[in-house]
Amino acid sequence: MNQTYGIAGVTAVVLATVLVGALGLRISRTTSDFYVASRSVPPRLNAFAVSGEYLSAASFLGVAGLVLAQGVDMLWFPIGYTAGFLVLLAFVAAPLRRSGAYTLPDFAEARLESRAVRRIASVLVVGVGWLYLLPQLRGAGLTLRLLTGAPSWFGGLVVAAVVTVAVASGGMRSITFVQAFQYWLKLTALLVPAVFLLLTWRADHTPAPSWDERPVFQRSTPVRFDSPLTLTVHEPVRITATGTVDGRALDGGPHTLEAGSHRIGADTTLRFPPGARVPLPDEGGGHAAPSSWANPLSAGREDHGLYATYGLILATFLGTMGLPHVVVRFYTNPDGRAARRTTVVVLGLLGAFYLLIPLYGVLGRLYAPDLLLTGDTDAAVLVLPKRLIGGVGGDLLGALVAGGACAAFLSTVSGLTMSVAGVLAQDVLPTLGIRHFRLATLPAIAVPTAANAVVSDLPVADAVGLAFAVSASSFCPLLLLGIWWRGLTAPGAVAGLLLGGGSALTAVTVTIAGGARSGPLHTLLAWPAVWSVPVGFAAMVLISLATRDRVPASAAATMARLHLPEALTGGAVVRDAHPDRAV
Amino acid sequence: MSALGTVALALAGLALFALGAALGHAGARRQQENPAGPGTPVERATFHTLHTASLAAPPLRAGLTADTARKAARRLRPLLGTVALALTDEESVLAWDGVGDHHRDEAEAQLAQALRTGRTQTFALSCGNDTCPVRWGVVAPLTVDGQRPGTLAAFGDQESAVIVRAAEEVARWVSVQLELVELDRARSGVIEAEIRALRAQISPHFIYNSLASIASFVRTDPERARELLLEFADFTRYSFRRGGDFTTLAEELRSIEQYLELARARFGRRLEVTLRIAPEVLPVTLPFLCLQPLVENALKHGLEESVDRGRITIIAEDEGTEARVVIEDNGVGMDPQRLRDILRGRGGPSAGIGLSNVDTRLRQVYGDEHGLVIETGVGAGTKITVRVPKFRSGVRPAHPAT
Repeated sequence: MNQTYGIAGVTAVVLATVLVGALGLRISRTTSDFYVASRSVPPRLNAFAVSGEYLSAASFLGVAGLVLAQGVDMLWFPIGYTAGFLVLLAFVAAPLRRSGAYTLPDFAEARLESRAVRRIASVLVVGVGWLYLLPQLRGAGLTLRLLTGAPSWFGGLVVAAVVTVAVASGGMRSITFVQAFQYWLKLTALLVPAVFLLLTWRADHTPAPSWDERPVFQRSTPVRFDSPLTLTVHEPVRITATGTVDGRALDGGPHTLEAGSHRIGADTTLRFPPGARVPLPDEGGGHAAPSSWANPLSAGREDHGLYATYGLILATFLGTMGLPHVVVRFYTNPDGRAARRTTVVVLGLLGAFYLLIPLYGVLGRLYAPDLLLTGDTDAAVLVLPKRLIGGVGGDLLGALVAGGACAAFLSTVSGLTMSVAGVLAQDVLPTLGIRHFRLATLPAIAVPTAANAVVSDLPVADAVGLAFAVSASSFCPLLLLGIWWRGLTAPGAVAGLLLGGGSALTAVTVTIAGGARSGPLHTLLAWPAVWSVPVGFAAMVLISLATRDRVPASAAATMARLHLPEALTGGAVVRDAHPDRAV
Repeated sequence: MSALGTVALALAGLALFALGAALGHAGARRQQENPAGPGTPVERATFHTLHTASLAAPPLRAGLTADTARKAARRLRPLLGTVALALTDEESVLAWDGVGDHHRDEAEAQLAQALRTGRTQTFALSCGNDTCPVRWGVVAPLTVDGQRPGTLAAFGDQESAVIVRAAEEVARWVSVQLELVELDRARSGVIEAEIRALRAQISPHFIYNSLASIASFVRTDPERARELLLEFADFTRYSFRRGGDFTTLAEELRSIEQYLELARARFGRRLEVTLRIAPEVLPVTLPFLCLQPLVENALKHGLEESVDRGRITIIAEDEGTEARVVIEDNGVGMDPQRLRDILRGRGGPSAGIGLSNVDTRLRQVYGDEHGLVIETGVGAGTKITVRVPKFRSGVRPAHPAT
């Protein structure tokens, strides 16, 4: 088995992370050889760090899984994840940096001079952070389960414990070097196996995925069912089975599944022959949309494909700017100009990364269609190297991918936990005192860990989409209007945050809890951005107009500070370094 | 239990928690607003009055502006029990709380006389609207240090000696609050003067030593001498800059480096400096010249008072929402009791004002929990820790023209 390699890969990533962090701290310098001004984090390095922290388990595992299961519609996810930074670049990056805010509540307070807005923004930051942590922990559980066979919730718990200890002991801070390293690790972990996968695929006479039909097993494939499942078979297929099928105990012998429904017992392994169509489970509605895999908007997603797509686009395009761990990174830039340059580089880096993702999705459709049966589509990226390449090479590449996945959730989880804990310590639980920042780490990660243990069947990328939706309906109006409209007032911001963010948060909670399983109501709640973003904007604008006399007295001065280059308003390190000095 | 049941249970728990937190918060607030504690009705009325007055005080402590007047007037009107109350500056109404806003102009016409005489004026108001309860008003001038920056005006439906008296008393109370504003200003003026003194204090001693050590390089190593002169120029430009209470950690560290570079020219190999700066915290905003006096202090105790090798370590670390700066030396240290006296400003003239000035300013800007933390003992070196929040409302770096 590849367990040993996989565990070694994950351990190596954890060790390397700790090591880079420790070395970054150890670099001590004497006065003679450097100047502070030249040492501030250059935009490119900060961009690596932003990308490293941003590319989460949802990007690494989830998107490929969704493409495998639901087709090309899901490519909107990587597009949205990247395009969010375009919106950030155009409207937010530089002014946000110039505001001097470290977190989103800081921005709210700096712009509106209101403690109330600050407090509500804090609660929303914690909500978004928890929502975003949930799928990361799921990704962690999935990866560790594939490596060691431990139950899913256990992996989440392990990662939560590791991150808590590391953050609380001050070891794994969101150090720029560590996060930058994680980006390159993730890119490598996808790029190198991708090259080998493509070579193998060529050697396999470049089979094309069966675009419009149910996927076909390319090779003889064993499928293991841990829990009972009912399958619908459309044409008779001869399999070998170990375990229980239709109530009959089978012991590795051949067996014919006739057309119709079959009940597969727990702990059963079926081996399908090459060329057999993949039967699909009866439950898990969303996965059973095989006929339209390659056709966008063809009823692939519930019955409201167009609506869902717009929901996804709005949420990801506008939600990125409200992610707590992304915003915090921009503080590291010395000025607004550097913040913009960072964002441009981030766009390139994310683009490069997301080019690889659909490849894994399509290859997964081709070579790992059994994941549709078990519902583990998020595992596509992890199992492909072993499936296609096999042997020691496959195991090594598998270990590399596992290490990359580990980097993905470690970096995002630690960054998010830091941000959420910071906000918790500062605004939500001020009685703890500022020095007890580390205590706040516990609730910051315990809540999503607990939620992860109870919520079982939410695809990783979908859950991230929900976090984006909440962020898009609350912080996007706050940031865009706060930066570009001087008429925004504190009551308006409160109303917008509560109505937009609150309604999205409610919809998302209901979705995660499994409130509405199907029908138009489910679609409305699962893709709330389409209505909640306009609600947030409208509430902010209308209430602000109604309370026009409450525009903060300093609004004009604040706006000037947000939009004028630092050299004019003061703030940046403007210094004519002596041109002829040897530096 | 099914997954759905577990989810429902978790959600219910979460909702219960949120409800409890909200109720507790609201309860605490209500208790704060209505201190309906024990006591006779008269005592309770007294508590209530004092409490209302205490709520009106914070906005007034920021001075008399339209915004603070609006917030204060809202609290003051219940004290008087009138239908309307206004706070004005010397010419116009800043805030009108209550009904009858259309009488603004009439009320403004009465200001001049009250301000000129310094006496309380009563006047009748004419109104075409029969239902308007504002028929009569009283204007009481506010007196701050012999000046009259504004008035308090109260309005009712008929003349009332009680209200005239009450308005005078409230006006006097508001005047006291505004006088406190002046006091605050005077206090920050003192601190500004101290910063100026701090600049003046660094210079003569340090300038002399620096120039002397630069001079010693002019013949032997002209290039080094030139570098040092440029460092010196940069350092003085930063230290003597005018205006701007805040700077960035990057700028402050840069100035410290220049300072240490000049010190190394003087002490040579006897001074060993280690810097460990996390680049993430360089953009942090902090009070101008709040680290450099600490480094100067370390140099003085680490080197000038002993013959051994002096070692100074400066560490700046990222701590989530804060930046932590540690300045450590291996010098002679200090008796903690003496240090306490110095920080309280009782160190005597020889102690200098560096440490206590930095401590005061940090506490003033960020609150008491952000004062200097100093660990020291006689012969045990000194370690000074400063914690600066990455963001604090109103704290932003200024970069004035130099």
